[in-house]
Amino acid sequence: MSTSALTMMLAAQITVTVITLYLFWKVLTAKPKAEPDSFVENDDVPR
Amino acid sequence: MTLENKEAWGSRVGLVLAMAGNAVGLGNFLRFPAQAIQNGGGAFIIPYLVCFLLMGLPMLYVEWATGRFGGKTGNHSTPYIFGSLDKRAIWKYLGVLGLFTNLGICAYYTYIEAWTMSWAWHSAAGHFMGMNADQVAGFFTSYINLETSEPILMWVLCVGVNTYILSRGLQKGVEMAAKIGMPLLLLFGVILAIRGVTMTAGEQGASFSGVLGLNFLWTPDFSTIWTPKVWLSAAGQIFFTLSLGMGSIHCYSSYVKPKDDIALNAMSAGWMNEFVEVVLGSAIIIPIAVGYLGIDKVAQMTAAGSGLSLGFQTLPYLFTQWGPFLSAAAGIMWFGLLFFAGITSSLAMGTPGLAFLEDRFGWDRRWAAFAFGGAVLLLGIPCVLSQEAFGEFDYWAGTISLVVFSLAEVILFAWVFGMEKGWAEINAGADIKVPIVFKYVIKYVTPVILLVVFVGSLPSIWATIMKPMTFQVALARGLMLGMFLGLLALVHFSDKRKVTP
Repeated sequence: MSTSALTMMLAAQITVTVITLYLFWKVLTAKPKAEPDSFVENDDVPR
Repeated sequence: MTLENKEAWGSRVGLVLAMAGNAVGLGNFLRFPAQAIQNGGGAFIIPYLVCFLLMGLPMLYVEWATGRFGGKTGNHSTPYIFGSLDKRAIWKYLGVLGLFTNLGICAYYTYIEAWTMSWAWHSAAGHFMGMNADQVAGFFTSYINLETSEPILMWVLCVGVNTYILSRGLQKGVEMAAKIGMPLLLLFGVILAIRGVTMTAGEQGASFSGVLGLNFLWTPDFSTIWTPKVWLSAAGQIFFTLSLGMGSIHCYSSYVKPKDDIALNAMSAGWMNEFVEVVLGSAIIIPIAVGYLGIDKVAQMTAAGSGLSLGFQTLPYLFTQWGPFLSAAAGIMWFGLLFFAGITSSLAMGTPGLAFLEDRFGWDRRWAAFAFGGAVLLLGIPCVLSQEAFGEFDYWAGTISLVVFSLAEVILFAWVFGMEKGWAEINAGADIKVPIVFKYVIKYVTPVILLVVFVGSLPSIWATIMKPMTFQVALARGLMLGMFLGLLALVHFSDKRKVTP
């Protein structure tokens, strides 16, 4: 693989992968808001 | 009057996966690599990412914020979501495009989705084994020429599956499908990508290595970077890949409560789509196809800017070179991932119409889903029977309507509703700090880009209108016009109607 192709590919793919993983990790670890929130699965009281 | 709509998301991850699934479609795997090859190879990623930052992300913020704002007033379809931002009737009627686009695209998109079901089945059953390249390609031709009843049966089945999932509701239907479909899509994508890039010359009949395909795709041609065509292609790809301008993002977001985050969710779903497109989408069809066919042939097959022919006519044959077991496994994974990419998008296209019937007419979710399924079958018939009609739906509902709708919504959000209020809405409940630069990008840059795209499409619109019409084209246009006028009438009628909650 040529150096220019490898550079473009790695730069784009590493950037996109790192940002995607970071943001999804933030979603997974964000503290839930106080009830009532949008999400049924963490409701204290069934709807 | 709006009736109470009790739908809700089950979990935050479910919402993000459903939004990402809405964005991830067949184009991530078939269109993106072909567009990159035709527009400067690796250099294409520069205008592509610039358009993502200046148009894609800002529009995601606008659509998520607009949807959540409309949801506060109990509205989940774009005519009334737009109407909640500004009371003038023009916005409500422009919002009808958000129903029109979804229904119009679904009419032909479910047909392609049905192809993936057929091809997965034929791959699993080993029907492609023993066929030569021409026979596999011929299978596709005879399929779309309706030489058997299979295409129609599969399409009806596919619409039925969509209808059933939609009838189960947001949480048990759409969200459940995303929670199953998206992880499987990622798993299949990663396995096929590893297979594609590790393929070596001489192995299982391959003439070249998969790395040669990567080199072909990613070698940058920087001389193209200042070409307007490349920038328009990049903007177009960002538009389609993020499912912008359709009304489905608004609808999903309208079920988010005012104090819950949209800023991080929008970013996460948007970047997840980019991961599927840039990382997985570039590592499957091109490396495998170049490995067997060589660069010249692949360049020729992607010249139209689409990988549809490679995906359905060539890859099934190439998989047969891997032996019966691996061929079946690869076929199931490839067409399975395309199916999951397709169905998570078509479900998003169905949801706004259902929400409209539930909100405004008090319909039960199941009946609304049946109505949606029936409408898709009715509108899809010309698309299945005629490729010309298919093209018309793709052009008017799947291209022009998106641009007009997006231009309208960004003007409404930034200039009519007002950027100060809009910015506050984007940041309400945010779990991340949205860079302030986006405030100015949304107000000034994104509308200009969309205006340029719209003005740039005017000559093509004029040329399309002036072309002599065949019967199939006239029928498709008549159906679309009828659908649009019917939706306008329904919106008008729903305002006049007195309903009892």
